[in-house]
Amino acid sequence: MHELSIACSIVETVEENLPTERAKATKINLKIGKLSGVVKDALLFSFEIAAEGTRVEGAQIEIEELPVLVFCRKCGESSELGSPPIFRCLICNESTAELIQGKEMEIVSIEFDDGEPTHS
Amino acid sequence: MMENPRILEVRKGILKKNDQLASELRGRFRDAKVCVVDLVSSPGAGKTAFLEETLRRAKERGLKVAALVGDLATENDARRLERSGVPVRQIETHGICHLEAGMIDRNLEGWNLEDLDFLFIENVGNLVCPSSYDLGEDARIVLHAVTEGEDKPLKYPTIFNSSDLAIITKIDLAEVCEFDREACAANINAVRPGISILETSAKRGIGFEAWFEYLMSLKNGVGARAHAG
Repeated sequence: MHELSIACSIVETVEENLPTERAKATKINLKIGKLSGVVKDALLFSFEIAAEGTRVEGAQIEIEELPVLVFCRKCGESSELGSPPIFRCLICNESTAELIQGKEMEIVSIEFDDGEPTHS
Repeated sequence: MMENPRILEVRKGILKKNDQLASELRGRFRDAKVCVVDLVSSPGAGKTAFLEETLRRAKERGLKVAALVGDLATENDARRLERSGVPVRQIETHGICHLEAGMIDRNLEGWNLEDLDFLFIENVGNLVCPSSYDLGEDARIVLHAVTEGEDKPLKYPTIFNSSDLAIITKIDLAEVCEFDREACAANINAVRPGISILETSAKRGIGFEAWFEYLMSLKNGVGARAHAG
C-alpha cells in the first residue's frame, strides 16, 4: 500500500502552501485518475495518519475521480474506459494506446482558516 | 471567534517532488551515457533470477553493469546478485512497498556513472505501488511468470500500462502450468496496446538473445522514456 507515502506527500505540499504559520487546512481538493493506481479508501485512511499533529490534521479530503479516457485516431473520438480498462475505441473497436486522462494525481486547491478573527 | 475560510489554488502533482528528482536523475544518467532499466513484478515472478542471469551475461559480453536492488527487509537478493561479480547495492526500504527517486539518488553515491553501460534497478516485488514512482529510468520492464496465470495484466492495468516491455519468465514451466500464452499476450495488449513481449527462462537461458537486443537498441538511443508522470 503506497497510499501512505502519497498521503505524506499531500500533507507536505499542503503545509508548504499554507500562507502563514497560523493557517490550518480545512479541506483539500484532489483529482485522482482511475489509472493512477491510487485506491481512494486507502488514501483517506492513510491521510488521517499522515496528517496527525500537522497543520493539515482534521482537514476534509474531497476526491474527484477522473475516468480513463483514450483517443482513437481512426474515428477521431474519445472513449471512456471501464474497469478493467481495455484500451479500445468504443465506437470502432480499434485498439488505441493514446491515453487522454486517467493517471492524474493532483492537489487542485486547499481551503484553510488563517487563524485570524474576522474584521466585520 | 469567527474565522475566515479561504481558498488557495495549488494545482500541483502530488508526487511533484519525486518527479522533479527523477527528472534530475534522468539528466544525470543521460550525461553519463548510462542506460537505466527498472524491473518490476509481483513477488516471486523471478526478478532476481532474471537479473542474475542478465548481469552474468552482460559481464560476459564485456558490458559494464551495476545493480540497485530494492527489498523490504533482507539483503538476500543482493547477496545472490553479488555472485555475478558486478557492483550491487541493496536498498532496504524498511517496509515501504516501492522504490522512490530519492532512494535511487542516495544509493548512487560513490559510483562513477560514466563507467557504466547499464544500471539495473530491481524494484520491490509489487504490481501496484511502483507504478506511480518515476525513478529516472530509460525503460520500465514488467516481468510476469507463467505460474501467475493469464489475467494479472487485467487486474493490475496501471503497472502494465506504464511499462515499456513485458517479459514472460519461467517459460520452461509453461506446459506444466498449462499457461495460455495467447490469452496472456491478449490481456497484456488489452491494457498496453503495442507493447513487445519476450518469453524467457533464466534457468534454461531462453530468450536472452532477444533481451540483449532490446537492451542494446535502448542504449543506442532509441531514446529515454517520455515518462507519463
